[in-house]
Amino acid sequence: MLEFMEGSHAVAEIVKRCRPQVISAYPITPQTHIVEDLAQMVANCELDAEYITVESEFSALSACLGASAAGSRVYSATTSQGLALMFEVCFNVAGMRQPIVMTIANRSLGAPLSIWNDQQDSISLRDSGWLQFYAEDNQETADLHMIAYKVCEDHDVLLPAFVCFDGFILTHTYEPVSLPTQEEVDAYLPAFTPYQRLDAANPLSMGMYATPEYYMEFRYEIDRAMQRARQSFIKAGREFGEQFGRDYSGLVEGYRLEDADTALIAMGSICGTVKDAIDEMRDAGKKVGLLKIRTYRPFPAPEIVDALKGVSTVAVLDKNISLGNGGAVGTEVKSALYGSGVTVYDYIIALGGRDVRKRDIAAVVDLAEKGKGDMFYGLRTEVL
Amino acid sequence: MAEKEQGCELFSAGHRACGGCGPALAARLLLKATGKNVIIAASTGCMEVFSTPYPETAWEVPWIHSLFENVAAVASGIEASLKKQGRSEKVVCVAGDGATFDIGVLCISGAFERGHDITYICYDNEAYMNTGIQRSGATPYGASTTTSPAGTCSPGNLLPKKDMPAILAAHGAPYVATASVAYPADFMKKVERAINTPGPCYIQVHTPCCTGWGFESGETLAMGKLAVDTGLWVNYEIVNGKVEKVKKVRRKPVEEYLAKQKRFRHLFKPARQDDTIAQIQAIADANAERFGIDIKAKTPSG
Amino acid sequence: MALRVGCAAPPGRARDNKTGTWRVFKPVFDPETCNRCGMCAMVCPEGCVRETEEGTFEPDLDYCKGCGICEEICPKKSIRMEKEEK
Repeated sequence: MLEFMEGSHAVAEIVKRCRPQVISAYPITPQTHIVEDLAQMVANCELDAEYITVESEFSALSACLGASAAGSRVYSATTSQGLALMFEVCFNVAGMRQPIVMTIANRSLGAPLSIWNDQQDSISLRDSGWLQFYAEDNQETADLHMIAYKVCEDHDVLLPAFVCFDGFILTHTYEPVSLPTQEEVDAYLPAFTPYQRLDAANPLSMGMYATPEYYMEFRYEIDRAMQRARQSFIKAGREFGEQFGRDYSGLVEGYRLEDADTALIAMGSICGTVKDAIDEMRDAGKKVGLLKIRTYRPFPAPEIVDALKGVSTVAVLDKNISLGNGGAVGTEVKSALYGSGVTVYDYIIALGGRDVRKRDIAAVVDLAEKGKGDMFYGLRTEVL
Repeated sequence: MAEKEQGCELFSAGHRACGGCGPALAARLLLKATGKNVIIAASTGCMEVFSTPYPETAWEVPWIHSLFENVAAVASGIEASLKKQGRSEKVVCVAGDGATFDIGVLCISGAFERGHDITYICYDNEAYMNTGIQRSGATPYGASTTTSPAGTCSPGNLLPKKDMPAILAAHGAPYVATASVAYPADFMKKVERAINTPGPCYIQVHTPCCTGWGFESGETLAMGKLAVDTGLWVNYEIVNGKVEKVKKVRRKPVEEYLAKQKRFRHLFKPARQDDTIAQIQAIADANAERFGIDIKAKTPSG
Repeated sequence: MALRVGCAAPPGRARDNKTGTWRVFKPVFDPETCNRCGMCAMVCPEGCVRETEEGTFEPDLDYCKGCGICEEICPKKSIRMEKEEK
């Protein structure tokens, strides 16, 4: 049944149905409505969870780690400065192979301080070992949370995941969302069975230190788990489709890509605008399509290469910048397409919540087809 | 008096602590007091490093290490999880003074303010020992460490020892105590009391470090006794905000303690630093006054 | 042996590390003067002083690091550290 609701509320509702035992999160714009909604649910006994009002994001993720290691399914959410504060813990959680699911309400990083959307925060942790899923709309945001828990808790994976959705653009926007019932979620996502846990009946030392004799092999194991996550995601996404009618078996998803000469590549809510722009350009006779990246980590390089066969020009829309080296997604797409003959241009766009219109997408396509790229799009030269 | 042994050693031999290590003894005594039904959350530091180089672990109970500064937050999560699961294991944090007084202050303050049912044991060897004896908030006045070294224009650490027990009592902790490995039975009794007191409890146990302080490995307990006897370390309890059961002593002058440790050698060689020694004596006197540690001599009128 | 997920390990392997090889001085226990107080066993940082059948104590030389705490603490002075001949 479709209900008209705020993105943050949809996240809270779906997280409730995923039955976390411990929630530990620190409020930060634009994630606040999620944690507030969850607190209210706990206060009304609608959600049977321990809610820890931690004193910082650093402590939020640390508490999640402890609770997960003790055998509970856990949940947290953050963004921007909060995620940056969690940097150390993020690497720790992935290394300790705890299947924590955390919503990232994507927001730009200071300085300068900005509360508005871009994807710098989660992308800046691409080395950490966390799976990263990006949602285009609130329905996908809700759905990806269920899929994330399933993939993370798979004993072949055992990695944490960011479920990313754009701050304000999705968090604070009302859209029709179909929420499953508790029974439906229970059928898709069974109770958490930890691979190992802190237990006096079965003592274990977790988080020991590794000398040079062992460290490299542990890191290799995490990378292998990342690779296994591909199959796990595809399987979980297909099962989701079978149960709920919305298929998520694609690490990437093409839109009107089949006979495209030029392809745009993007992640997150901008894909909605891009699709509308493509429809208009198609009506005008242009052969243009979109390749949406759903899973940024593990990076779907083979899927990208496969989807872009026949395309001659690619324009990557990067809502982030790896300062000193261009956009992160663009750099990785170029690496994946190396030797394929496809021309790839990178456009830094929409940083700090700068609005993107359909005409901007058309302008980017135009620039790409004229051979102009690897640039910031839409700079206000009058203020420089 | 033979202490009742708790059967097996839950902190096994084969760990890589220096011979004579105060913290190693504290770990052994801690587990004798807690028994098996415990989950230990550890911070990075000497104890974590000497006891868990993969795959050799000395811990025979469930144990987790995350980062240097977050043990209290990790323990908060464990406690919440156990509560939800209806499990009975006691959650005990074990962290050095560095992890507790300094970098971990954020997390310990939050955990205590929220009132989690955990016990936090700070093993206080008065510096960042694992990284090579650098100054911490627990380093006493006048001690030389590698980042507060004695030099031609410095008498060592000029900053006072942070009063963590008072800070945590101010958070409303129902039970706070100081202890010393030199008084092992007293330490174990305090651990037992702490784990059986609901709410966040804190024990700061003095664990002399022969390597860091510069004394013979066999002198660890003797050094701990001297710290107490000079008034530079006071053993006491704070129960619901009130100081109780202060250990009384026939006080010795601080010089007897300082002269035996290399970290205070600069106070005697090449020349005596009477000013600094007097200042350290004043700290001991202030402790004596504040806690009432002096055994009063009987006066003729009774 | 396969790596354990998350750098974890079950208890017991520390005992593979025989720290007795670190020793320079060795404790020699005299059961004649021992008063069976058990302090030596209580305060050994290695936990490697064990009670004998007679109720006196002896060190486990596989692990004893020769620190000398037991000698210092013994109220009867019945433990003596001796330089070990290797």
